[in-house]
Amino acid sequence: MAQAERPLSPHLQVYRPQLTSVLSILHRVAGVALIGGAILLVWWLVGIAIGPAYYAKVKGVISSTVGQVVLFGFVAAFFYHLCNGVRHLFWDAGKLLEIGAAERAGWLVVLASAALTLVTWYFGMGG
Amino acid sequence: MSYRSPLGRVRGLGSAKDGTHHWWMQRVTAIALVPLGLWFAVKIVRLAHADWETAVTAFASPLVTALALILIGAGFYHLKLGLQVVIEDYVHHKPTEVFLQLAQTFLCTLLGLLGAISVLKLGLL
Repeated sequence: MAQAERPLSPHLQVYRPQLTSVLSILHRVAGVALIGGAILLVWWLVGIAIGPAYYAKVKGVISSTVGQVVLFGFVAAFFYHLCNGVRHLFWDAGKLLEIGAAERAGWLVVLASAALTLVTWYFGMGG
Repeated sequence: MSYRSPLGRVRGLGSAKDGTHHWWMQRVTAIALVPLGLWFAVKIVRLAHADWETAVTAFASPLVTALALILIGAGFYHLKLGLQVVIEDYVHHKPTEVFLQLAQTFLCTLLGLLGAISVLKLGLL
């Protein structure tokens, strides 16, 4: 079927970014980014299963500068997606759907995920 | 010919032909992943600087093996469902879309199996 060049109704670009829309986009971005985290996590598990020499190699890569940047991104994406996912579950249950409640829960998600990321980093992963 | 009415056919199925199953399974896995994800995050933090022997010991209990297997199963199923929707939404060239859907399905299956086999090996050591 030939694609007709039909006019599109105005969407994303005509709207001022709002907390709700930005968080919604970030939820997807974080979710897709978690593929990288999943690969890293599985590689770590495989490393433990294979043996001490391979495990040391995995740890070496993760504790390198690039590894630490990737790991921090993974931790941040994980906690953001988890906290905002809980917000989505409340919506699915029909709660927090009013604009004010959705925005307050949004700010709570931002604060909670930032706090969880920093606490996790402080208590173990960094360095 | 079918004697079912159009309403009867479409009810619970919708345009994707599998009804609310995708949506529902995304929620089921999400609910499971909240406690499992937090539990595993704590576990990883504790093992962040551990040597190999400590890491092996941490995966030696049957309860840890069972929970880790559920986490891996629910996690990669959830990832597969999420990536599927993202590809459906943004990739409109049909051959590319089919290719990406197959690729992400295979990748999630492979990663999930690698994780599950590693955890099983450590649990059954």
